[in-house]
Amino acid sequence: MTALAHVPPTGGAAAPPPEPGRGNKLTPYFLLLPAGLALLVFFLLPILTLVNTSLQSGGLEEGFTFSWQFSNYVDVWADYWPQFLRSFVFAATATVLTILIAYPIAYMIAFKAGRWRSVLLVLVIAPFFTSFLIRTLAWTTILSDGGVVTGFLRSIGLLTITDFVGITSDSRILATPLAVIIGLSYNFLPFMVLPIYASLEKQDVSLLQAAGDLYASSWAGFWKVTWPLSLPGVVSGTLLTFIPAAGDYVNSTFLGSMRESMAGNAIDALFLRIRDYSHAAALSISLMAAIVLLVVYYVRRAGTEELV
Amino acid sequence: MTATLNRVPAPSTPTEATKPGRSRWFKDHLIVFVGALGLLYLFLPIFVVIVFSFNKPAGSFNYTWTEFSFDAWKNICQVPGMCDSVLLSLKIAVLSTIAATVLGTIAAFGLVRHRFKGRGFANVLIFVPMATPEVVVGSSLLVLFVNMGIPLGQVTIWIAHTMFCLSFVIVTVKARLIGLDPRLEQAAQDLYANRVQTFMRITLPLILPGVVSAAMLSFSLSFDDFIITNFNSGSEVTFPMFVWGASKKALPPQINVIGTAMLLIALLVVVIGRFIGARRAKAAR
Repeated sequence: MTALAHVPPTGGAAAPPPEPGRGNKLTPYFLLLPAGLALLVFFLLPILTLVNTSLQSGGLEEGFTFSWQFSNYVDVWADYWPQFLRSFVFAATATVLTILIAYPIAYMIAFKAGRWRSVLLVLVIAPFFTSFLIRTLAWTTILSDGGVVTGFLRSIGLLTITDFVGITSDSRILATPLAVIIGLSYNFLPFMVLPIYASLEKQDVSLLQAAGDLYASSWAGFWKVTWPLSLPGVVSGTLLTFIPAAGDYVNSTFLGSMRESMAGNAIDALFLRIRDYSHAAALSISLMAAIVLLVVYYVRRAGTEELV
Repeated sequence: MTATLNRVPAPSTPTEATKPGRSRWFKDHLIVFVGALGLLYLFLPIFVVIVFSFNKPAGSFNYTWTEFSFDAWKNICQVPGMCDSVLLSLKIAVLSTIAATVLGTIAAFGLVRHRFKGRGFANVLIFVPMATPEVVVGSSLLVLFVNMGIPLGQVTIWIAHTMFCLSFVIVTVKARLIGLDPRLEQAAQDLYANRVQTFMRITLPLILPGVVSAAMLSFSLSFDDFIITNFNSGSEVTFPMFVWGASKKALPPQINVIGTAMLLIALLVVVIGRFIGARRAKAAR
């Protein structure tokens, strides 16, 4: 997307690449028609239907009728604000954790890996080659109460601290917020590593040398040169992590308990078990709206317009 | 890739000259150490998945290690319904990959090669599905299907998967097309190649790596999707749906066998791909 700037210059007034001929004006529309139609009918239309449904009243038996039922929104906010809050807090915490873990990985691959670079890149996406659900279930084994990890953290007293903070309870990790946050940050880690790597990899190393020549310590050089230049990568990694994490309910189901249920759990239950479509739709639209608002605010703050 | 690789070794000498000695060595290796720890974190669950495919669990849940055995590998399809679910997932992944790759590649051409009214809107329409959480995409499709009276089943899963893979395909192929020098095609046409010949002999081979990686991406996205499928599957059970159900009743080690096999096959595909790429690069030289 950013790369649009790289479109090679085509000589003079000649329209982009080849084919000057009849129907040239309509060609792009023909090319885009099938995919565009698919996205209009199966993305945009469903979202509009969802908005419509969220403003309906009624039930499965008597049927739904459209009635500008804004109270649906008030109802779901009143009932499900804890799940909503959890979605955003867990996703935000997991995203920060993911940046902290992903940055050194990306940095190492970009600058220190030498000829192992492409092997390491494949290894970073390797988790995607096993099923998302199976990977998450593996964490139940890793974090289990009798497991090595929990035992170790318990013995060094870390779990007492996390118990105190409230992200774990009863000196166990499974079925606590910590487990869900670990699962979320794990599952979306490659989405963070790859964009950061991409932005580090294309950095001109001579900039860092210049900083060194101007007597910047390597620490200062990092914060004044490398980090700001890698921000676009961090920003897109944040979006790629935060958005799916906020909507996820697999991690909270497998690694958490009822106390950790997130907005996704509520949407899933309302649609598929309770079948209260209008409230479920209101919840779904609220989640989407909240995420869009947050993302727009974040992108504005981060000052990167080159995302779309 | 090659361009960047060439660039790497050269600059290290002057920097080392400005910053002497041991502290720099330590800092250099600290980052490697932390990065390696991060990679370890990334692999820990995969390691567990592989190891536990050789477990013979005492109960019906494969969570704790009991004893080593090849049982699960020998009797993969013994678990009722699992192999059928894998086959269904493969079928849907193949079908939606084909649909998404064809539609997406065509659309990418339209977007990269032409300036037209509504291009901005088209770009947004392609970007937004990728930025929408899966629960919202899944639930909105469910509402649409229910409203239109389309029964949930394989067709609705296929539609849903094609839809969400489409954006990823367009973006991937677009990136490749942008890097393609249009003068190559012009040269072919100057040499009296017609449009079809130009496309088949110049354009397609050049963008093929992009199309192939888009197809591979779609395949893995589709095969692995749970959330969107959960809303649109009706009574059909794909492999992720099977795992979801199993996690509540009984979790046999055969599930880990499938996970391990997927990993091995994918790694094999990557290795073969690299091999072909290397050979093509050699041939080109």
